Amino acid sequence: MLAYALRRLLLALPLLLGITFVSFIVIHLAPGDPVEMAGGDVPMTQNPQVGKWREELGLDKPLHVQYLNWVSRLVRFDFGRSFAPHGRPVLTMIAERLPITLLLNIVEMLIIVTMAVPVGALSATRQYSAFDKVTTIFVFIGFATPDFWLALLLMILFGVQLGWLPISGLRSMNWEYLSFWQQQGDFLAHLTLPIVVATFGGLAGFSRYMRQSMLEVIRQDYIQSARAKGLAERVVIGKHALRNALLPIVTILGLSLPTLIGGSVIVESIFAIPGMGQLMVQAAFERDYPVLMGNLVIVSTLTLLANLAADVAYGLVDPRIRVGRRRR
Amino acid sequence: MKSFWRAFRRNRLAVIGGIIVVVLAVAAVAAGSIAPWDPNRPDVKKILDPPSRAHLLGTDQLGRDVLSRMLHGARVSLAVGFVSVGIAAFIGITLGSAAGYNGGMVDATIMRLVDLMLVFPRFFLLLAVLAFLKPSIWTIMAVIGITGWMGVARLVRAEFLALKEREFVVWSQSIGASGFRIIWRHILPNAMAPVLVAMTLGIPAAILTESGLSFLGLGVQPPRATWGNILNEGKDAIELAWWLSVYPGLAILLTVLSYNLLGEGIRDALDPRLRQSAGRVGGRGR
Repeated sequence: MLAYALRRLLLALPLLLGITFVSFIVIHLAPGDPVEMAGGDVPMTQNPQVGKWREELGLDKPLHVQYLNWVSRLVRFDFGRSFAPHGRPVLTMIAERLPITLLLNIVEMLIIVTMAVPVGALSATRQYSAFDKVTTIFVFIGFATPDFWLALLLMILFGVQLGWLPISGLRSMNWEYLSFWQQQGDFLAHLTLPIVVATFGGLAGFSRYMRQSMLEVIRQDYIQSARAKGLAERVVIGKHALRNALLPIVTILGLSLPTLIGGSVIVESIFAIPGMGQLMVQAAFERDYPVLMGNLVIVSTLTLLANLAADVAYGLVDPRIRVGRRRR
Repeated sequence: MKSFWRAFRRNRLAVIGGIIVVVLAVAAVAAGSIAPWDPNRPDVKKILDPPSRAHLLGTDQLGRDVLSRMLHGARVSLAVGFVSVGIAAFIGITLGSAAGYNGGMVDATIMRLVDLMLVFPRFFLLLAVLAFLKPSIWTIMAVIGITGWMGVARLVRAEFLALKEREFVVWSQSIGASGFRIIWRHILPNAMAPVLVAMTLGIPAAILTESGLSFLGLGVQPPRATWGNILNEGKDAIELAWWLSVYPGLAILLTVLSYNLLGEGIRDALDPRLRQSAGRVGGRGR
C-alpha cells in the first residue's frame, strides 16, 4: 500500500512542475507585457509605478530566466506582492481567503455525496419507476441550469420577494451586536443560498453517475449468486451492490473537484463572498498578475493533492488497483 | 444509417430536442430580419418597461428591446458553442490520435499533458488568460476551445488503442501505407461516432461557459448582446425588472437542455454500448 501511495506521489511531482509552467506561460504569452496593462491608461513612461514593477519583477530579462526566478521564489513560499495600492503579499491575501472557499467546497461535497448516493442507488434499483423518471428529469434540468441564473432567481425569491435570507457577504451589518449563537446563525443564513446554488449542478451529475454505476453492478454475477444463496434483498443491495457501486464514485469525486472549485468563481462573485473565486475575478479585472499566478498555482496544486488523496483512497478500498492494473 | 434513424425517432425527447435545436439555429441566423426592434437602439421613454404587446419580453435600462437583444444573443451563443467545440475537437483529435497510434513516449507525454490540463479548475484558468487578452468573441471562442480538448483526446486515444490492432490496420501497414494515411483514412473514420456525440454534448457546455464569463463581465463585451451580459445588466435591476433576469436564463436553460437531449439521443441510437464511454468536451463548462 505504501509503495502504491509513493508511486502516485512520484507521478504527481512532474505535474506540480507543469502547474507552475502553465501558470507562467498563460500570463506571459499574452501580447503586451503584464505591467503595461496593469498601469492602465497612464502612458508607461510617465507612470513611475510601472518602472518599479518592471524592475522588481525582472520583466526585462529573458522569459526562461524570469520563469526560473519565479519558481525559485515559489519554492521559498514567496509569491510576490499584489499590484493593488497597498501591495500586500499575495500569500497573505490567499491565506485570508482560502479557508472560506475550502469550507464551502467541503460542505458542498458532503451534501452532494450524502444526497446523490441514495438517490442514484434508488433510481437504479427501481429503474423506470416514477421515482427514477422524476430524478432523470431533475438531472437534465440540473445539467442545463446556469448556476449564476439559479443564483439570481433565488436572490429574487428569497432575498427580495420573501426577504428570508441575506443575499450578499458573510455577515450582517449588525453582526458585532449579536450574541455568539446569533452570530453562528447569521453566518449559516448567509451561506445557505450560495451552498444551494453550488450543490445543484453537482447533485444532478453525481446522482447520474451513481445510478449508472449501480446499474452496472446489479447486473453482475455475484449479485445473482448473493440472491441465489437466499440473502435478503436489503442485504444484497445494501451490502454487496452498494459497496461495489461506490468504488468508481471515489475517483469521480476526485476528478470533479476542479469543476466544483471552478464553480466558486461564479458563486462567490454573485454572493459577494470573500473567497478565492472572488479574489480571482477581482485580480482579472485589475490585471493584478502576481495575484492571478499565485491563485492559479495554489488552486491547481490543491486540486492535484485532492486527486492524489482520491487515488490513494481508491487503492485503500479496492486492493485490485494496487496490484498495478490501470483504471482506464 | 437507416437503423440509426429508426432508433433515433423512437426517442421522443431527443426528437423534441433536435427540433428546438433547429428552430434556435434558424432564429439565430435570421435574427437580423425577425427581431422586432434594433437590439442596440436605446429609447429613453421606455426604460425598464415590463413585457407588453410592443415589447414581448420588456425593455432594459436603456430602453432596448429584450427579445431583439436575446435573438441577437442567440447568434453569439451558438457561434461560440460551435466554433469553440470545433477548436477543442481539432486539438483533441490531433493529440488523441498521435498518442493512441504511436504509443510509447509520445503517448505518455500527451497523456501527462492531459492530466496537467485537467488539474486546473477551468474558470480560474480562463480568468487568468482573459485578464490579458482583448475581450472579443474570437478570443472567447479560442480560450474555451483551448481549455476544453482533453475529453476528446482521451476518447480518441481509447478508440485508437482498440482499433490499431485490427486486421484492416495491420494490412495497410503491411503494404506500406504511411502513418498519416492510416490514421486519416482508416482509423479515424471508425473512431468518429463517439467523438461526434462528445461534440454535440460539448456545445451546451461551451454555451454555459461563455454565458458564465459574459455574466462576470469578462466575456463578450457590451454593447454586443449575449445572454450572459443581458443577465449581468439585469442583476443590477434585480429588484425592479425580473424579466431581465428570467428570460435570458430560460433561453440558456432551454438551449442547453435541447442539445443535451439531442446528444444523448444520438449516442443511444448510434450504439447503446456507448452509453458509458462517451464523455463531454470539457465537462459541464466550469
